[in-house]
Amino acid sequence: MSAEGVNSYRTGPDERGRFGIYGGRFVSETLMPLILDLEARYEHAKTDPSFWAEMDDLWKHYVGRPSPLYFAERLTEQLGGAKIYMKRDELNHTGAHKINNVLGQIILARRMGKTRIIAETGAGQHGVATATVCAKFGLKCVVYMGATDVERQKPNVFRMKLLGAEVVPVTSGRGTLKDAMNEALRDWVTYVDDTFYCIGTVAGPHPYPAMVRDFQSIIGRETRAQMLEREGRLPDTLVACIGGGSNAMGLFHPFLDEESVRIIGVEAGGHGVDARMEHAASLTGGRPGVLHGNRTYLLQDEDGQILEGHSISAGLDYPGIGPEHAWLHDAGRVEYVAVTDDEALEAFQACCRAEGIIPALEPSHALAHVMKIAPELPKDHLLVMNMCGRGDKDIFTVAEALGAKI
Amino acid sequence: MTRIADRFAELKAQGRSAFVSFVMAGDPDFETSLELVRGLPGAGVDVIELGMPFTDPMADGPAIQMAGQRALAAGMTLSRVLDLVAAFRKEDDRTPIVLMGYYNPIYAMGVPRFLERARAAGVDGLIVVDLPPEEDDELCLPARAAGLDFIRLATPTTDDARLPKVLSNASGFVYYVSITGITGAAAADAARVAPEVARIKARTDLPVCVGFGIKTPESAREIAAAADGAVVGSAIVERLGRGEPPARILEFVRSLADAAHGA
Repeated sequence: MSAEGVNSYRTGPDERGRFGIYGGRFVSETLMPLILDLEARYEHAKTDPSFWAEMDDLWKHYVGRPSPLYFAERLTEQLGGAKIYMKRDELNHTGAHKINNVLGQIILARRMGKTRIIAETGAGQHGVATATVCAKFGLKCVVYMGATDVERQKPNVFRMKLLGAEVVPVTSGRGTLKDAMNEALRDWVTYVDDTFYCIGTVAGPHPYPAMVRDFQSIIGRETRAQMLEREGRLPDTLVACIGGGSNAMGLFHPFLDEESVRIIGVEAGGHGVDARMEHAASLTGGRPGVLHGNRTYLLQDEDGQILEGHSISAGLDYPGIGPEHAWLHDAGRVEYVAVTDDEALEAFQACCRAEGIIPALEPSHALAHVMKIAPELPKDHLLVMNMCGRGDKDIFTVAEALGAKI
Repeated sequence: MTRIADRFAELKAQGRSAFVSFVMAGDPDFETSLELVRGLPGAGVDVIELGMPFTDPMADGPAIQMAGQRALAAGMTLSRVLDLVAAFRKEDDRTPIVLMGYYNPIYAMGVPRFLERARAAGVDGLIVVDLPPEEDDELCLPARAAGLDFIRLATPTTDDARLPKVLSNASGFVYYVSITGITGAAAADAARVAPEVARIKARTDLPVCVGFGIKTPESAREIAAAADGAVVGSAIVERLGRGEPPARILEFVRSLADAAHGA
């Protein structure tokens, strides 16, 4: 699959798990038989109507799907340009899009006879979603979380414990998401027989990037139907934030072949995308490399050592990005931009006051970019941003950044 | 014949198993590391595995993680690893050196440039943990074409159906990972290793060395008796972490090597 001359942007990955040169299966031999087995089982489940019937039932009655497509009227008036819609995935059970994917993986794990689920988490949203679904099905759950993130996301740590999960603080490296992922892989390589690794984003070895995308694509499919019903046509622009990129891929994928739809991914620019590397914008400020089972854009030094990203948002603080995004970037189908911590904080507050919605810091990045471009767009321009998480978990971080005491 | 093939042929003629030791290049610093590596052949090491430090060693336990961090903190890079090999080769042209690590630093240097420099420095083989046979065209095939051995890992999860694929482009020797787990974790069990080694040897003429979880001379003896060689890494590297001087570490290495050779 090459970027040139493609008829469709939706056919990847190829049989080797690649999107162009990105993706692949860069794992140790111990894990290789496990991911081949997972791929075979997923390929089977994907075409099994009973699998999707189970998903649809739980999406509807447990998660609360479909999530609304909400017209943000006051924000639209204030910005004075494009008509801004929000895809309200923050209204899902557990407060973010993460559960869309977790449900799929856990149902698959149950079909594979696995009894122990492990996960990595950054902001804690994927960890909470995994702990939640494990509680529902009575599965043992172990969540790896960087020690730094355990500190800055205390409410989510407590939530996971309430749900019966074991939360393991990871002190190796700088104690953030990438270190948590290393530790989860070390766990998996040790407990190969009964354990299923539930990855939270569209990264990792094949088949994870494709599988997580497929589960998250419910976001884009709903958006498409809802927009057609509401406005009688497709949206003109889609905007979503990107850490690993699962909420963005979920929104984007069903629209990739719609030439009229402009698609924008927003990375975490931290303190600014420059030589200081105090950001988490892998596409804007990184280059291709191999980490965590796939080739993709990475923040790294000249020697190929991985750099720690920085973002005010723990959920975006990852030095890589899903391989399909890397391919879409090179192919030019999706535009990728970066938004700084300060811009995200501005958008966070604007959204609270204009719409009565406290967004997570992650989608606040997407919203910050919307606030930049919407004023220049015509009033009949239909813009959708993915409100992929709610901000309850972030109020302490925001209070600290704003110098407020709570 | 390569240095690796020569060495195993020699050992076979002597009826001995190989002792393979792992140390992280540049741990705790370039000079101390070079001193240690230079002492390994004299301490009875048959094949030297030299770690290429990486920030995210996903298959390694705490001992080797820390070793990599110490080396990186002291300014080690892949380029300096190759310098270290070249410095070693000035004094020893016979002991095989196998570089062990992860793909990204090699990818960052560029595969052709890396292979050219590795050959020139006197590297004999490569073990790259995150390159399974499915990704052979990345580095395995170019390395073989450049005359370097590509040592493959076989593990307890590599079943009979998969084994031929794992062995297909393997050369030098086969590294059997004795446990499911990370380096330096659970103890290797010789009784469980022996049939696995036999299973692999039924399908290849390459020597089979066993590593992961060998920490003591007794364990090295048992494992070496069940295979063509025993590999020890974490137990050696841990001593560097505790600040032991190279001379004392080499004494420990000698006790391991003697045990493995006595098998």
